[in-house]
Amino acid sequence: MRMKQAYPSAFGLLAPCLVLLSWLGTSLLVHSATPEEIGLKIATDASDKDEGFGNFTATQAMVLRNKQGQESRRQLRVKVLEVNGDGDKSLMVFDEPRDVKGTALLTHGHKQKADDQWLYLPALKRVKRISSSNRSGSFMGSEFSYEDLSTPEVEKYTYRYLRDEPCGDLTCTVTERFPVDKKASGYSRQVVWRDKGELRTWKVEYYDRKDAHLKTLTIGKYQQYLDKYWRAEEMTMVNHLTGKSTVLTWADYQFRTKLKKRDFSKTGLKRAR
Amino acid sequence: MRGCAARYPLALTAIWLAASVLAVEAQAEIEFAAWELSGRVSLESRYFPRTGIDPSHQSSNTNGFVVEPKLYVEEAEGSSFTLVPFFRYDSADSVRTHWDLREAYVLLFGELGEGEWEVRVGADRVFWGVAESQHLVDIVNQIDFLEHPNGEVTLGQPMMHVTWTADWGTFEFFGLPYHRPRIYPGQGGRLRFAGLLDDDRVEYESGAEEWHPDFAARYSHSFGPLDIGLSMFNGTSREASLICMPPACQPTGVSDPSNVWIPYYAQIRQFGLDAQLTLDAWLFKFEAMHRSGDRNAFGREQEYGKAYQAAAVGAGGFDDLVGTLREEEYVAAVVGGEYTFYSVFGSTADLGLLAEWNYDERGRKALPRRQPMTLDNDFFVGAHLAFNDVESTEITAAFFTDASRATRTVGVEFDRRLSDQWSLHAESSLILSMDPDDIQWVGRRDSFFEFHLEYNF
Repeated sequence: MRMKQAYPSAFGLLAPCLVLLSWLGTSLLVHSATPEEIGLKIATDASDKDEGFGNFTATQAMVLRNKQGQESRRQLRVKVLEVNGDGDKSLMVFDEPRDVKGTALLTHGHKQKADDQWLYLPALKRVKRISSSNRSGSFMGSEFSYEDLSTPEVEKYTYRYLRDEPCGDLTCTVTERFPVDKKASGYSRQVVWRDKGELRTWKVEYYDRKDAHLKTLTIGKYQQYLDKYWRAEEMTMVNHLTGKSTVLTWADYQFRTKLKKRDFSKTGLKRAR
Repeated sequence: MRGCAARYPLALTAIWLAASVLAVEAQAEIEFAAWELSGRVSLESRYFPRTGIDPSHQSSNTNGFVVEPKLYVEEAEGSSFTLVPFFRYDSADSVRTHWDLREAYVLLFGELGEGEWEVRVGADRVFWGVAESQHLVDIVNQIDFLEHPNGEVTLGQPMMHVTWTADWGTFEFFGLPYHRPRIYPGQGGRLRFAGLLDDDRVEYESGAEEWHPDFAARYSHSFGPLDIGLSMFNGTSREASLICMPPACQPTGVSDPSNVWIPYYAQIRQFGLDAQLTLDAWLFKFEAMHRSGDRNAFGREQEYGKAYQAAAVGAGGFDDLVGTLREEEYVAAVVGGEYTFYSVFGSTADLGLLAEWNYDERGRKALPRRQPMTLDNDFFVGAHLAFNDVESTEITAAFFTDASRATRTVGVEFDRRLSDQWSLHAESSLILSMDPDDIQWVGRRDSFFEFHLEYNF
């Protein structure tokens, strides 16, 4: 309930109306809230909107492309479990390239402290607890880092609302977010475009520690599941420094499957294949 | 393929296969939701720059291939059957040309209160531990030393493996009805100790021999940044005491390549502890174990000599020789850590530095778990450079040095993916120096270079 503190107390009764008005346009709010408060509210609302999905499974296909246009493929399966009051738990199992087939990564996400991660190596049948502090490293040689692929927990950033601007047929809010733990992030800041109706992310610009524009993520082909939850099918990450890009295609989304907490244990990790 | 059948009887394999199939079929109206065939084929070559201890039989280079397919069948409720046969062909050593059933098990699981149960029946591989220089507490599976002297590869072990996971942690029980003897390179093979193993004779302390029911149990849990495991094993040792008995083995001992030894497996009990503390980029690791029951001839040379003489003139037999061995009780430990520097030298590469100290109470009498070191008072320093590129290029270096003797080795490995299915592995395993009193002295000339071209499907 951070938002309550964000508004002057005299507005307490008016708060529900303001929330309603905020959907009509942020201009009304500008008078009563700082850009930081608006930015936080957008992030919190987006996070709240996605609450209650329970769990889902999906597949990810990545096409890695270098400056010369050479391509390489990655294929993995993803299982995600929503955890009340904490970060999500996720299990990623690699199918391609074939030399890492069956390798699996279990993550117990946390809102405040560092995530817990275990890696399963099928050739040795070994489960290895690994450091989760390498959030800025490349994921499978792609232009995505672990940080880019994990859920951006609201608590891990501070925010600043910049402006509204058209994005395609929609109107987007443009907000900056800054990592709370500077060491845990590979970026000094990110600029996020979200549409005002459904709060879906359409674009993210990543700025490195020297504040150079490093990468741009564009997201498209949103589908709605369970009449509520929006999931994108296509994410394209372009690295402006190297000219490399990665296209991540999501498919086979299934919500509220039989997944349980136990599937996200170390024993469950050894069952991954 | 001489002796292969004796090492893992076909009959036993058939029993496990039949049991597995029956278990799957026993579930009425089974519905297969998914099946998948994957695996690897690897072309391999090893080159030894120096001649070995038995140059009339051994060669300096060997070529071969490995086939290791994996069949996975899943039923609608998630139960599954996994089959991983393994075959290696080696041009120089007919014993290293070997096959194994790495995995052939049925997996069932379900809810149990707030937690879950899981049962695996069949041949499987299990890994315990956290350390990198050796796997001290890991005991369920026999080591496949034909594959690599580092002891990383293990043989499939027939087992009934029951797991109970709840909020308080994970408890595992292993029923191990059959013992897999350790396999050693044959006459044409390098990386063998001087003598050969008797193909037809494996001796056990237990009257039940290889069918002695062994048991193991393990409790493991994660407490925040701390992962901990407590384990125990009761049954047939995975390490053989090698018995020199007339007339096949002469008193010339370990340095004579023509001696044929008889492996003897004692009944042992082992308690193990493994723990890892994960703090930011630091991993702190600790493994310790207490073992009793193994037999060792060190320190009993005189008694053994007398029994040997008696046996040579027909006044004693195998049991008398074994009777002179000392029953050991000892502790061993590994302690160390790992630190990773991310995005080093302004690149995307990560550099991990490792250091571990190995201790074994038996000192020089310690039998090697990772050849050619005894790891009784030995330091391990390693480095792992992962380029995080599209080809997953990685370089690993491992340096071992005995703190009290002049034995030092260094190993360097290079891995790189060539395409989505082909990958390359190259390594050098070099013995820099060897103490003449070291139990591994006979292997001092076995530095080698190895090369794999692997196809994954």
